[in-house]
Amino acid sequence: MADYLLSLITFFPLLGMLILLFIPRDNEGLLKSFALAVTLVTFFISLPLAFDEVFATSGGMQYREFHEWISVGSFFKMNYSLGVDGISLWLLLLTTFISPITILSTWKAVDKNVKGFMALMLLLETAMLGAFVSLDLFLFYFFWELMLIPMYFLIGIWGGKNRIYAAVKFFIYTAVGSLLMLVAIIFVYYYAVKSGAPIDGFGVQAFYNLAIPSSAQHWLFLAFAVSFAIKVPMFPVHTWLPDAHTEAPTAGSVILAAIMLKMGTYGYVRFAMPLFPEALHTFIPYLALLSVVGIIYGSLVAMMQEDVKKLVAYSSVAHLGFVMLGIFALNMQGMAGGMIQMVNHGISTGALFLIVGFIYERRHTRLISEFGGLAHKMPIFATIFLIVTLSSIGVPGTNGFVGEFLSLVGAFESDLRWYAVVATTGVIFAAVYMLWMYQRVMFGKITNPKNENLKDLSAREIILMVPLLVFIFWIGVYPNTFLRKMNPAIELLLHQVKSKQVAVVEPVQPVIAQNIVLK
Amino acid sequence: MYDYLWLIPFFPLVGFVFNGLFGKKIRNEAVIGGIGTLMIFLSFLVSCGNFFTLLNDSEKVHQQVIASWMSVGQLQIDWGFLFDPLSALMIMVVTGVGTLIHLYSIGYMHGETGFYRYFAYLNLFCFSMLMLVLGNNALVMFVGWEGVGLCSYLLIGYYFDKKSAGDAAKKAFVVNRIGDFGFLCGLLVLFWSLGSKGVWTFNFVEIAENAHLLQTGGVVVTVVTLAFFLGATGKSAQIPLYTWLPDAMEGPTPVSALIHAATMVTAGVYMIARLNGLFGMAPDTMMVIAVVGATTAIFAASIGLAQNDIKRVLAYSTVSQLGYMFLAMGVGAFSAGIFHLMTHAFFKACLFLGSGSVIHGMHHAYHKAHLHDDPQDMRNMGGLRKKMPITFITFLVSTIAISGLPFFSGFFSKDEILWWAFAGERGHWMLWLVGAIAAGMTAFYMFRLVFMTFFGEQKTDARAKDHIPESPLTITLPLMILGTLAVVGGFWGIPHALGNIFGHMPNYLENFLAPVFEHTQELNGLEIKPEMAHSAALEFGMMGVSVGIAVFGIFLAWVMYIKNPALPGKFVASFTGLWRVVYNKWFIDELYAAVIVNNCKRIGTFLWKGIDVKIVDGIVNGTAWAVKGIGGGLRYTQSGFLHNYAMGMVVGVVVIVGYYIFG
Repeated sequence: MADYLLSLITFFPLLGMLILLFIPRDNEGLLKSFALAVTLVTFFISLPLAFDEVFATSGGMQYREFHEWISVGSFFKMNYSLGVDGISLWLLLLTTFISPITILSTWKAVDKNVKGFMALMLLLETAMLGAFVSLDLFLFYFFWELMLIPMYFLIGIWGGKNRIYAAVKFFIYTAVGSLLMLVAIIFVYYYAVKSGAPIDGFGVQAFYNLAIPSSAQHWLFLAFAVSFAIKVPMFPVHTWLPDAHTEAPTAGSVILAAIMLKMGTYGYVRFAMPLFPEALHTFIPYLALLSVVGIIYGSLVAMMQEDVKKLVAYSSVAHLGFVMLGIFALNMQGMAGGMIQMVNHGISTGALFLIVGFIYERRHTRLISEFGGLAHKMPIFATIFLIVTLSSIGVPGTNGFVGEFLSLVGAFESDLRWYAVVATTGVIFAAVYMLWMYQRVMFGKITNPKNENLKDLSAREIILMVPLLVFIFWIGVYPNTFLRKMNPAIELLLHQVKSKQVAVVEPVQPVIAQNIVLK
Repeated sequence: MYDYLWLIPFFPLVGFVFNGLFGKKIRNEAVIGGIGTLMIFLSFLVSCGNFFTLLNDSEKVHQQVIASWMSVGQLQIDWGFLFDPLSALMIMVVTGVGTLIHLYSIGYMHGETGFYRYFAYLNLFCFSMLMLVLGNNALVMFVGWEGVGLCSYLLIGYYFDKKSAGDAAKKAFVVNRIGDFGFLCGLLVLFWSLGSKGVWTFNFVEIAENAHLLQTGGVVVTVVTLAFFLGATGKSAQIPLYTWLPDAMEGPTPVSALIHAATMVTAGVYMIARLNGLFGMAPDTMMVIAVVGATTAIFAASIGLAQNDIKRVLAYSTVSQLGYMFLAMGVGAFSAGIFHLMTHAFFKACLFLGSGSVIHGMHHAYHKAHLHDDPQDMRNMGGLRKKMPITFITFLVSTIAISGLPFFSGFFSKDEILWWAFAGERGHWMLWLVGAIAAGMTAFYMFRLVFMTFFGEQKTDARAKDHIPESPLTITLPLMILGTLAVVGGFWGIPHALGNIFGHMPNYLENFLAPVFEHTQELNGLEIKPEMAHSAALEFGMMGVSVGIAVFGIFLAWVMYIKNPALPGKFVASFTGLWRVVYNKWFIDELYAAVIVNNCKRIGTFLWKGIDVKIVDGIVNGTAWAVKGIGGGLRYTQSGFLHNYAMGMVVGVVVIVGYYIFG
């Protein structure tokens, strides 16, 4: 069983989807329950990974699976190679954890072609899980592209008014990035074969040890970096996100924010950074600059939004800026902060999109000006919304603080000190846009008569929020549960990145990154 | 006894969880209020136990680690507590005053629909405040620091259907966050700069022990302490971040007493005292603190002169008194600053609760008479001393205490600060002068308040004036206890010069706190200038001058509001411009709104509609249109796109293979 655990987790939703196709399309209740059951079972199958102590001691890949897959002559070899380490572990679990919650959130929201919707959701889960456990670049690319298709249809069919525009924009953006990455993947493979290095098909771990010349590294890194930056998304390639988020159905937004954006950050950590460490070194100041710009820019734009969902979307740009800054610090604290912030963002922003979904289902509008005084009618909702808001702001005791703080500690220890100072102002802006929105939606008197008869959260809605609230506090108060199983993998990764950088002549850093005053 | 330290914050946490989860169902005010009050009272008992154990203990610093919080590489942060004289004093104030205010709230909040919510928040506040003062490292302190800010937000916004309350709550949180930005920066630079010397720590004891690794007066220490001080100005409402505190009066009055007078707003003072080892090494920062403190003291006092809302006067008075505490910190008079923190907690809590009692009575009367007059406007009061004798007496003694008349608590603490400001190595006669003038203004506006509220003829609407009752015992009992403390609380820290007269009575408080501050003060020469140190005559002389100024202030208030009530009107008429500026709080709020808030909004809109929509999306959509054109009229749908997608893939592969083969 343990030999095939990752395959089982990855393909269980797909299997469920195939069975689901045989359920009559008008039996909506069964379709929904079945999809929920499949995602729940997937979650329980994946749960033993969380308790495996091996991640606390070893940073290497566990639960390895390896089969030859496609070979074209003797030249192209693509393998089915899976594995999980402390870095992908929590993203994998986040995926299996969020999926049942999103399915449960569609109970009332989706009534058009339920069968198609559920099938796509399950396909999407398989694609995401596959991307997190792939150790073969080609296999990763396969899953990466596979993710696009269900999401494209989820937005395009079940989305809001501008769904076609949003779906196409989402597809163009991501596909452009993917193409760049594909070219780079092929180049790396050619180089590996040509240089006669011992490789294992497209196995990424063997690629880590290639000595790709600097000049080529720069182009390859950029190709990967742009592709992942679109997914993260980093400024200025973020503009697909507000549209996609706003138009997507609630479940789509949750999946998009909680998991698919993590593909970008994960891509940096797993592929772009360790594959091209020299290029990384050159580009870090620029990437860090974009991260910091993203934090401030995302916050300021979020502040002025009139649509709650768009506001949350722009806040994602800011939050992911913290993740990237932490990762680029290239030290234990920053990396751990970035990693935990990925999980946090999944939980908090996922929860925020669910919350927006709750009020959208009730009022069929998301304009802040349509609301006001909701706390009178919906006290439970008000409390949950407040907790999630605080987590998003990063109040200590909630998960958001731990992630932001560790990222900032890391950045302050590294050469990115000055970027970190600017990034820290993000804590002010986050409070401004979140609390202002909360105040306008929840506080005050009810001025719009349509809000007079709003019902508080139902039992189902509370049940699907509670697990998220538990993790908001768990990660906030005792993050060690997660950190200790990340640390060995992060250590190994940093070793991989840095050992290859030592050989490089120290490139000149831009003046801003040098520490001028504090010596 | 120290093993039970964790119980001190734990009890209020239990109260919060209990009332938060079940309060709405219980509905019984006696149970909700009883649990809330009992929990903080239990904390008070445990605090007493620890406090008295510490008094007789030769070992003055104790730590208790509960669990590891974050552990990544060299970063190790615990959930831990630090118990030394400073935190011992603070927990006594927090739990003691806290208990009284909980008790008071049972009566004051009677009949409110959000009764359970109020008590849950109040308990959560006590929990956070206790974490703040008990934390053994800067991160646990920060948990409390942000926690009290959050509770302040929740409690200011308690009447959330009032727009002004929601605005005030948000303003408080955001302005505090600006301070928190400073706190975080200070924390992170400190961690990194000590770390680069080989000590990776956030622990206060370790920071104090290793502070010498940093250069005294160096850039690092100055930057770190200035950043921390920015944090303090946010939480403790000092210039330039004081503007949230007066607005915070939107909250229920007991909240103003507990959070916005006695405890939370003193957190900045406590933080500087806690990090005295670092601050002592940064003379430039200390100077900034002293100047900001003195300026705030006089500036806020000037606004207090002209306000007519009873709580607003007290709010500006709090800002002003906090200025004194910072002045003390800035001139190195750490224990004097903490002393004033304590006495201020007594008399200001009593004043706020007293004003609450008045408002409660006025509200009751207006309610009975079906009037909608403002129950907080002093112009509607007058002559209340006969209606509310207990409130009046306690209010009066607290007013005397804050005005600094001899042998009341405020006299001892304020005078010690002024003495240090004058005679300390880091002092300056100008700091003293500003402080002394501010003391005169304090005496004036406080007695103006007393005269307008309790003396003269009753100006309340005739239909309501006979319905003003004295408040019930749950309200008057805390007033009496706090009033007593406001009178006698100062005897714990009698200045040396006075102590000598009373047969060598030592300054107990200074001795008690010595283990915390002594080292820093010796190391950095933070003491009274030697030529003045033994001059009892000089000390008495200064004392006499400041008492004289205070008495003059009181006299002026008497002339203007009792003897000749027409005078204020004439004054306003002849100095209209000046009066308007002062009455409108020097237009600082308007200035901030115009310069900062509006520009931020403008930039946000520009980035959104200018950069995002026009430029970035313009490029994206433009490309799409161009592609569409090339595609020969293909419709703007997926098919047109997939075509390009496939093309792009092929072209990409061809290019790269070509590059590989021919390159």
